[in-house]
Amino acid sequence: MSTSTDHGRPDPEATSPAANSEGRPVSDRGDTVCVIGAGASGLTAIKNLREHGFGVDCYERETGVGGAWNWRHDRSPVYASTHLISSKPFTQFPDFPMPDSWPDYPHHGQVLSYFERYADHFDLRSHIWFGTEVIRVQPVEGDRWDVTTRSTGGYGPERTARYAAVVIANGHNWSPKLPRYEGLEQFRGEIMHASSYKDPAQLRGKRVLVVGAGNTGCDIAVEAAQQASRCWHSTRRGYWYAPKYVLGRPADQVNDTLLALRVPLRVRQWLYHWTLRLTVGDLTRFGLPKPDHRVYETHPIANSQLVYYVGHGAIGPVPDVARFHPYAVELADGREIDPEVVVFATGYLPRFEFLDASVFSDSAGAGRPTLWLNAFTPGHPTLAVAGLLQPDSGLFTLSHWQTVLFARLLQARRDRPERATAFAQRVRERAGERYSGPVKDSSRHWFEVGHADYLRAIQRALVELEGK
Amino acid sequence: MRGREWSRPVRPARREVLSAIPELEEGRPPLLFVPGFGHGAWAFAEHWLGHAASRGFPAYAVSLRGHGGSEPAPEATLRAYAHDVVQVAASLPRQAVLVGHGAGALVVAHALARYPARGAVLVAPVFGGWGVLGAALRRNPAGTLPAVFGGPLRLNRGQLFSRELPDEEARRYVGRLGRAGRRAQWALLGEPAAEPAVGAPPVLVLGSPDDRVVPASTLTRVARRYGSAPLLFPGMGHDLMLDARWAEPIDAILDWLEKEPAAH
Repeated sequence: MSTSTDHGRPDPEATSPAANSEGRPVSDRGDTVCVIGAGASGLTAIKNLREHGFGVDCYERETGVGGAWNWRHDRSPVYASTHLISSKPFTQFPDFPMPDSWPDYPHHGQVLSYFERYADHFDLRSHIWFGTEVIRVQPVEGDRWDVTTRSTGGYGPERTARYAAVVIANGHNWSPKLPRYEGLEQFRGEIMHASSYKDPAQLRGKRVLVVGAGNTGCDIAVEAAQQASRCWHSTRRGYWYAPKYVLGRPADQVNDTLLALRVPLRVRQWLYHWTLRLTVGDLTRFGLPKPDHRVYETHPIANSQLVYYVGHGAIGPVPDVARFHPYAVELADGREIDPEVVVFATGYLPRFEFLDASVFSDSAGAGRPTLWLNAFTPGHPTLAVAGLLQPDSGLFTLSHWQTVLFARLLQARRDRPERATAFAQRVRERAGERYSGPVKDSSRHWFEVGHADYLRAIQRALVELEGK
Repeated sequence: MRGREWSRPVRPARREVLSAIPELEEGRPPLLFVPGFGHGAWAFAEHWLGHAASRGFPAYAVSLRGHGGSEPAPEATLRAYAHDVVQVAASLPRQAVLVGHGAGALVVAHALARYPARGAVLVAPVFGGWGVLGAALRRNPAGTLPAVFGGPLRLNRGQLFSRELPDEEARRYVGRLGRAGRRAQWALLGEPAAEPAVGAPPVLVLGSPDDRVVPASTLTRVARRYGSAPLLFPGMGHDLMLDARWAEPIDAILDWLEKEPAAH
């Protein structure tokens, strides 16, 4: 087995250089693991795999770390005023806390500097190939993987290297999901997806319609309320808008006090509704639709300002869009409004364009793989997806434990193969398991997880793997 | 699941951090010294920080909350102290080696479960338990007994230093001692053992067989927990970093760091 560290070239030591299915040379990277992406999940994958003694090659299409949180990246969804919606303890890596001097809900610039410090502190940059995108990942014999890369933008030759394992951490908030509406093509106003919204100046003085009640949609509606001449906010259903602070503390921390005490869901829902009644009040009074579900059944929205601006008349809540006309938008209740700018905050779809859909048993190619723990795929014990989660908390802690579990699994394949085999069996049996209560089924919610349920599931998997 | 870390994060506190940085960056790992209860960062600033820097190691010392120049915190817990250590360690430019002295070694042991240190050194570790209390009560009942009831723990010259240290210096050091929070002091009696260290860092345990706070048997027990034997410096008191022959232990620590491959 080669131990060459000469990246991207055939191994000079090998007597018969390996070749891929197209007959091109493949450089054998031995026991090295390939990580795709150097965002939050990719960075923690590199760190944890290194910590468990594995060599790592990480490919990052951009020129810096941070992924979605690096606003310089063309795939970054963050805009000038993005702040975290989960408080610090929910967001940070469990073994690298954010500084005490930072606020409860840091700004995206602070989050990027956090990743840069994480990368420097653990000396991760030397394992990352910047400006390199992965164009193909193919399984080969022995549960190994051929990874083909080239310079971002398609320049330069393609290179293929063979790895012992692959961690996919390419993020899921960069490929916009655009809804289809009748007459959208004829609409003469400006249309943008939230991914291209960067600065409130884009809305200043205009009549703006924001579609979608995710956290991004609500944040943009709040910005439009302050900048635009008129703002409508279209939502398909009513939502629960939770304030960022209750009882003088970050709301998620108060909620987790109940989770730590293992208070049953029904009781937590009742307490939550009661708290919202005391703090936010009856939303239908403001013209917002009544939620058709109980709290915890859709992704939580943490926004203290939306209701405030609705109360000031600066945001006009409207129902779903029915169709577009050249100079107007018709709503589901028959009303017509005349926005100049329409912002679709309708979310993103996960995409794995470098991977054959059959690897994930995702025949429709809809970016909806069937996984166990949202990370492990049946039949491919050396492949893991990191960060493909829509948690009711921050993501980074969950990615951390996912990659710790994968590193321990790779160790077990070497040291205790019978345990790794049992793990593979569990992946086959339990793929598709959910880690949250009853949630609405939509492309946004299929990978929704409750952080406490999910972390407990990871903990059980770790214990089963290590036989403690 | 660490529910408490999420629902009840430790309240921030202003911390004093003293440092000595080598003039030339040699790529050595930074050292973070953690003083024991009653001591502040000053205890390391006397000799060890400068000495480590002179040998090319960036050296930092933190005063746990309520100690030295840090913010007063009479109700501080062991968890808050470990939080202080992890916060400072994570703020350093590179992965650090944690060096804890006395009860600071216990704080380091807890911090190791929350921060993947490059290595750890436990100097005359006070890991608590009734045996240590019994020994302290025998040697210094007047200074120890009040601590059992939430009062201050007062260590005397004889417990901390060898006879080689000039009297005047010893008196000056004892005069600078403060006190730990009573909840943290009580933790020394009944606190559950620290979770295993993350990242499996190499751990060195050292102390003195003539230490009047930590019995030699405790040194051996702690060292065994980390799979090694203690490095001993006969004739020295509990405060190895302030005692007359302070250079020997720090040189041994730095030599170990230079040789230990995982700590590079």
